[in-house]
Amino acid sequence: MAYNVEEVIADSVHNAAKSGGDAGWMMHHVLDGKELDLSPFGVIHLPQIHLFGIDISITKHVVFMWIAAVILILIFSAVAKSYKKSMVPKGLANLVEILVVFVRDDIVKPTIGSGYEKFLPYLLTVFFFILTCNFLGLFPYGSTATSNISVTATLATFSFFVIQIGGIIKNGFIGYFKGLMPHGIPMWLLPIMFVVEILGLFTKPFALAVRLFANMTAGHVVIMALIGLIFILKSYAVAPVSIGFALFINLLEVLVALIQAYIFTILSSLFIGMAIHQEH
Amino acid sequence: MASILNFALLAFSSGGEGGSPLDINPGVIIWTTITFIFLFLVLKKMAWKPILNSLNERENFIKDSLEKAEKARKEAEELYEKNKQNLARAEEEAQKIIEQGREYAENLKKQILEESKAEAKKLIQDASAEIERKNQEAFNNLKTQIAEIAVGAAEKIIREKLDEQTNAKLVEKYIEDLAKG
Repeated sequence: MAYNVEEVIADSVHNAAKSGGDAGWMMHHVLDGKELDLSPFGVIHLPQIHLFGIDISITKHVVFMWIAAVILILIFSAVAKSYKKSMVPKGLANLVEILVVFVRDDIVKPTIGSGYEKFLPYLLTVFFFILTCNFLGLFPYGSTATSNISVTATLATFSFFVIQIGGIIKNGFIGYFKGLMPHGIPMWLLPIMFVVEILGLFTKPFALAVRLFANMTAGHVVIMALIGLIFILKSYAVAPVSIGFALFINLLEVLVALIQAYIFTILSSLFIGMAIHQEH
Repeated sequence: MASILNFALLAFSSGGEGGSPLDINPGVIIWTTITFIFLFLVLKKMAWKPILNSLNERENFIKDSLEKAEKARKEAEELYEKNKQNLARAEEEAQKIIEQGREYAENLKKQILEESKAEAKKLIQDASAEIERKNQEAFNNLKTQIAEIAVGAAEKIIREKLDEQTNAKLVEKYIEDLAKG
């Protein structure tokens, strides 16, 4: 029973193309859209904006990014205010403080080392923004902005600029690119190594973007697929199994939401540390 | 080669109206950039600065407090040690003072005793001398009185029997004998 892989894939693509509408319901939840689907309460159509020939319509993911931003601003301004009242944190401030101290002491301090204070605001913002976006996708009617490659690519681009600018400010423009080269390599290898290292600068944020996007998309797709089994097999007997597995994946997604925010932050932090302390 | 192409087709195939998850939407990129920069600036000013500052402040406060407590403990220990030493010294001093006092009292007692003994001796001597003197005086008085009485008695007798002169000699001689005896 040797499958011809090419034939199988071609068949899949053919089927997908033929019944493209069937997969649409699954991707509908995962993909960005131009309306907020609140069925059975109705659908909110978001405003469409075109500027200079670019479609800058407000999409579902943009709305959820804004919700995340508003939540963060509300929470952190409240926490900042509570610190003015007393030095001892209470309630919400306590919870937030654990996360802030975690980011500071367990992510940024060990990876960047001396001079970490300058990058702390950026990394804290990245961490909490990604975390909130990830969690928003787990709420009913929610949508994960970080499962959009445009969003993760933009965040990774920010990290890219922070890494490069941090390194250049610390080591000087020429010093920074000189420091990229490993010490003690033969002269004839230099041109090759230069290309490799420059490529490396771009692959790091690319990996950041793809990792976050793929992780946040995959969980939802798996949940949708498990729920979809019920309808595909048209049997109630499948429902408990599907729901059970979907629930498991959902809980796993809570973990993944935390882990991916952590990984994006710690890797950005690590790359910043490598850029500014090149001697290591 | 065809399989790679098919894979790519699968990945990028538009599943219905929504498109592929790998579609890059420039609008979303622009909005993400704006949202993130805005969020970063607002949080940096409103949240990170005050929160991190107060965290640092509190950590420094705790560190200072601990250091202060440690210092205070050391000081207290030193003070306690010093007090103990002082107490021991004071006790020693007190013992010495008591010893000195006792010695002094002993000396004083001896001195007073000696003085009073000497005084008493002197008093006794004085008293003896006085008694001797008084005795002598009394004896002398007695002697003259006896002599007078004797003379009176003799006069009476002599007036009756002998003449005064012969009898006086007799009496005197008798008294002398008495004194000798």
